[in-house]
Amino acid sequence: MKLRHLLTGAAIAALIATTGGAPAFAERGADGQVNLLYWQAVSIMTPYLSNGTKDLQAASLVIEPLARYNEKGDLEPFLVEDIPTVENGGVSKDLLTITWKLKEGLLWSDGTPVTADDAVFTWQYCTHPDGGCAQISNFSDVTNVEAVDPRTIRITFGVPKPFPYGPLVGGQAPLIQKAQFADCLGPKAPECTKANTYPIGTGPFRVVDFKANDVVTLEANPNYRDPSKPAFATAVIKGGGDPASAARSVLETGEYDFAWNTQVEPEILAQMAAAGKGQILSAFGTLLERLQVNQTDPDPALGAERSTVAHPHPFLTDERVVKALSLAIDREILVETGYGEAGRATCNFIPAPDLNVSPNNDWCLKQDMEGAKKLLDEAGWTEGSDGVREKDGRKLSILYQTSTNSVRQAAQALIKQWWNEIGVEVELRNIDGSVFFGSDPGSPDTLQKFFADVEMYANEFDGTDPEKYLGEWTCGEIPGPDTQWQGGNTSRWCNADFDAALAELAKTAGLDGRAKVIIKANDLIVNSPAVIPLVHRGRLSAAVNSLAGVKMNAWDSELWNAADWYRAK
Amino acid sequence: MTDAAAPTVASGIDTPEHSLWSDVWYQFRHHRGAMAGVVIFALIVLLVIAGPWIWNTDPTYIDVKARNAWPSFAHPMGTDNIGRDIFAQVIQGGRVSLLVGFTAMLISLLVGTLVGVLAGYYRRLDGILMRVTDLFLALPLLPLLLVVIMLFRDTLRAAFGPETGIFLLIVFIIGITSWMNTARIVRGDVLGIKEREFVVAAKSVGTPSRRIILRHILPNVLSPIMVSATLGIANAIITESALSFLGLGFPSDFPTWGRLLFDGANFMTLTPARVIWPGLAISMTVLSINFIGDGLRDALDPRIRGR
Amino acid sequence: MLTYTLRRLLFAIPTLLVISFIIFALLDLSPGDPTANLPMTIPPEVREKIRESLGLGQPFHIRYLLWMQQFFINEPLNLLEKWTGWTIGDGNRLRVISWQTRSPVVDLIVQRLPQTLWVVGLAYLIGVLIAIPLGVISAYRQYSWIDQFATLFSMIGFSVPTFFTGLALIVIFSVKLQWLPTIYDTNLRVTDAHTFWLQIKQMIMPVSVLALYNAAQISRYMRAAMLDNLSQDYVRTARAKGMSERSVLLVHVLRNSLIPVVTVIALGVPTIFGGAIITEQIFRVNGLGQLLISGIQSADMPLVQTLTFIFAVLIVFFNLIADVLYGILDPRIRYD
Repeated sequence: MKLRHLLTGAAIAALIATTGGAPAFAERGADGQVNLLYWQAVSIMTPYLSNGTKDLQAASLVIEPLARYNEKGDLEPFLVEDIPTVENGGVSKDLLTITWKLKEGLLWSDGTPVTADDAVFTWQYCTHPDGGCAQISNFSDVTNVEAVDPRTIRITFGVPKPFPYGPLVGGQAPLIQKAQFADCLGPKAPECTKANTYPIGTGPFRVVDFKANDVVTLEANPNYRDPSKPAFATAVIKGGGDPASAARSVLETGEYDFAWNTQVEPEILAQMAAAGKGQILSAFGTLLERLQVNQTDPDPALGAERSTVAHPHPFLTDERVVKALSLAIDREILVETGYGEAGRATCNFIPAPDLNVSPNNDWCLKQDMEGAKKLLDEAGWTEGSDGVREKDGRKLSILYQTSTNSVRQAAQALIKQWWNEIGVEVELRNIDGSVFFGSDPGSPDTLQKFFADVEMYANEFDGTDPEKYLGEWTCGEIPGPDTQWQGGNTSRWCNADFDAALAELAKTAGLDGRAKVIIKANDLIVNSPAVIPLVHRGRLSAAVNSLAGVKMNAWDSELWNAADWYRAK
Repeated sequence: MTDAAAPTVASGIDTPEHSLWSDVWYQFRHHRGAMAGVVIFALIVLLVIAGPWIWNTDPTYIDVKARNAWPSFAHPMGTDNIGRDIFAQVIQGGRVSLLVGFTAMLISLLVGTLVGVLAGYYRRLDGILMRVTDLFLALPLLPLLLVVIMLFRDTLRAAFGPETGIFLLIVFIIGITSWMNTARIVRGDVLGIKEREFVVAAKSVGTPSRRIILRHILPNVLSPIMVSATLGIANAIITESALSFLGLGFPSDFPTWGRLLFDGANFMTLTPARVIWPGLAISMTVLSINFIGDGLRDALDPRIRGR
Repeated sequence: MLTYTLRRLLFAIPTLLVISFIIFALLDLSPGDPTANLPMTIPPEVREKIRESLGLGQPFHIRYLLWMQQFFINEPLNLLEKWTGWTIGDGNRLRVISWQTRSPVVDLIVQRLPQTLWVVGLAYLIGVLIAIPLGVISAYRQYSWIDQFATLFSMIGFSVPTFFTGLALIVIFSVKLQWLPTIYDTNLRVTDAHTFWLQIKQMIMPVSVLALYNAAQISRYMRAAMLDNLSQDYVRTARAKGMSERSVLLVHVLRNSLIPVVTVIALGVPTIFGGAIITEQIFRVNGLGQLLISGIQSADMPLVQTLTFIFAVLIVFFNLIADVLYGILDPRIRYD
């Protein structure tokens, strides 16, 4: 809502700028300095070795992919002339190759020309067998990348790719310079500190000074392809603090121009925004806050076999019980207390883009305590003397875990109360994020091990196509001791119909055809006892009023169009 | 103890052979600060224990409609951002905080004093005990906590239930990671005291070491121990909140003073009552303990006692 | 005293080796994962690959020995080269590399040291300078109004945590009054009066928060130690001999009272190096404390190991200094 408001505002500003004859950003470097605040400090300037979203976004000011997703989730050419498709001949009919054509006269920030060789090198760099490239899955199934001529890049896949826009597209897989990284292949990659922190790029800025986990100072790239951009001569990315203080420095004191990820309680943000110095920006991608429901028994008495498929969960495999748990939750309240503008109640597993969203599930949007109680009665769970439901001498008691985060703990408290009201006993547990989201096989508290009955976290997928994301729910992806607890199917849910739907998706081309299959798969997941979708979450950031041109983007780096940012006069 | 001691004092003020403890009690009772401390502390403990009968709102009950309420009759200290009653939470939180603060402080004091006295008195033990102290000072707290939680949480949870299990774990962790300062300070004092005339004299007449330590050394290192105790209780209450913030403490719906203060900090300007009351509760507890400590120290000092 | 010091220094080496081993084992056992902060879109097999590239596939003792070699041989040689300009060997040694930033840990520490020393060190110094006179006066005038005030001040100082006092200062001085900045600018170079003023402005709040906390603790110990000594016989003797009250207090009582206080102060000095995690975070000072906490949160083992080990060295060293100081302050204490 706010997003649309902002977008129209920016559009009008742009219109005035172009028609008024005196564009606000006519000259490179005319608007001084822009100050960005990332409360998770930037530790490295390349996404290939990064350990978090913040590094990826900072790097996006300097190094760029061939094409990026814009704020609507559509691909926009950056270093190339246009987006290759089957229609324009850029993608072969058998879906095995894609050919990109670089723009003419592109220069790196050191003045040397950008060639197709750099793209070939980037692929070699990330897929080196002895390297630890974080973005290697962007290059999955690529068998060859070749330079047809200095401006033409041809990428060949081993299997037909209905959606071939993985390699070198989006903020995760930008182009790096061959000359700079030539000695940084494989195991040597982490030792190239200079290249990793002062990368030579094609983006609007280049690094002047880098203090790891503290502050990055950048200046306008003199060789940027548009001679009138960027409007800012310098940029500073400061790190440290917490989301609330980051929001305060933009909204209340106006010291900084842009603060990333200001996810705090909505009433605090609203109070800060009331100071009138800046505004809150939000945009929705595919991030979904959900409750994963364990389909296997996490009873510690089972020892090494706890939370494995050998022992199905005693009651959470019953659809009626899980449906009752879902109905007891008032998602609107969760949004109001925790997410504000950056959250929407949802019953779907795939919440975006619109084309792929199932229209069939809205039964959970309204809290229905009576309906929930009835379902539990039907399932044979009757209220005991202490108000907790029982069946065959077993209590309806749930251990509910999540990562440590004030919004999640508030949601835990709310959900516990609602579940108590329908006669379910709940024990809460919160775990430090570095343990919960880690995958140390020695720790009992990781989300993959899932030694609890339900767990809450958020997950999303890159880009707009959910095939790989849905693929995590197949039977083969169930984590267990034999696979060192790896695998994305944390709920340990196995369904033959779903696996069949996914095989169908792998063969389906064309957006509409794929959407039909995706919706079918979504409905299978949502109607299973394996998951309770809660909130479709957006990105949330803050910008001061004088910073213009910001288009909040949930599909790529939030700084994707920093070249177009300028200071409103 | 108080009832038994009081009459002896009243009847034996001027007699020369009155017992040490009645003397101490007499002195303590006439220490204005100490008595004020006792009264305040007793009030806090009373409120925290009897609180649920005075104010019978469930601290975990969420009234979604009354979020971020300012103080009113329905909620004397207002509510938090999901509508829980702050007053009820302060009462409930006090039970946990006081218990954790006291037990952890006692553990740390006991270990610290023991290590300090032994290291200071016996030269043989000094090197090894002080190196162990150095080791504990150097250990990074957070990874240590993660390891302890990983190793012992499930065992304790199975043996004592989720809340008692976590309580034991927290008290143990705080105690075991905060005794080092006390140990070093006590050792430093003991090193000096054991060379004083009265200790040397006691030694020369063949007083056993145990008796020297208990009769002569301990009373003389009491002041730094008292200060450590006061600082220790504040430290334990605050550390507990840091632990729960890291997800290592009590479950999130289990209020404690430190946690209330921490969670409320961002709401400082929206609902000030959320931070003022828990903050005041911690400060008043620490202040009263400090005055009690002062009184005890004065009362136990033989030179002041005689005056 | 000299032989004692030398013996202690020699003994410090095995102690530190044991400490470094225990820290390493602890960090290895700890369940954090360096890939935990990666976006969830990164699949598990890629995470496994990343962990292997960090050397986590190697057995425990190999990794420990590697760290020892890097820290005790390569890093000192590297520092030597930097200071002297010599080249020793081929100059191509593996340094301790942080997993998170992929840059040498020692360089990061050198980069962070100035702001930590400025803010945390200055706060400590101010804290001590406030605490000692405050402790002396409130003990000398026990239960006077100044003593009661000092008590109240120190109780508030250590019972209200820094995350609260820091935030309260920001709300008052930055948001409401708009006098002071909320963000510490580590790029600021002091070159003239104006930049010096900016530096002062950005240091006021973090320094006062920390100084309050430090002064509160130390003044309590100072007061207690003074009270103990004021009632001793030698004070009566000195007064009886007609010494001036000033020299009784400042020469005899203060000197004897400093023993426990020296321990407290010496114990506090290494913590300056450890930084003030919460205060640095609130004001974004980004010193060593922030480096350590970010390292722990992202399970950056080489960084945390190196930082905590340097910390351990300082602790052992300053405790030795404290022991030597006891001997100087109280000639009766003999270690030999």
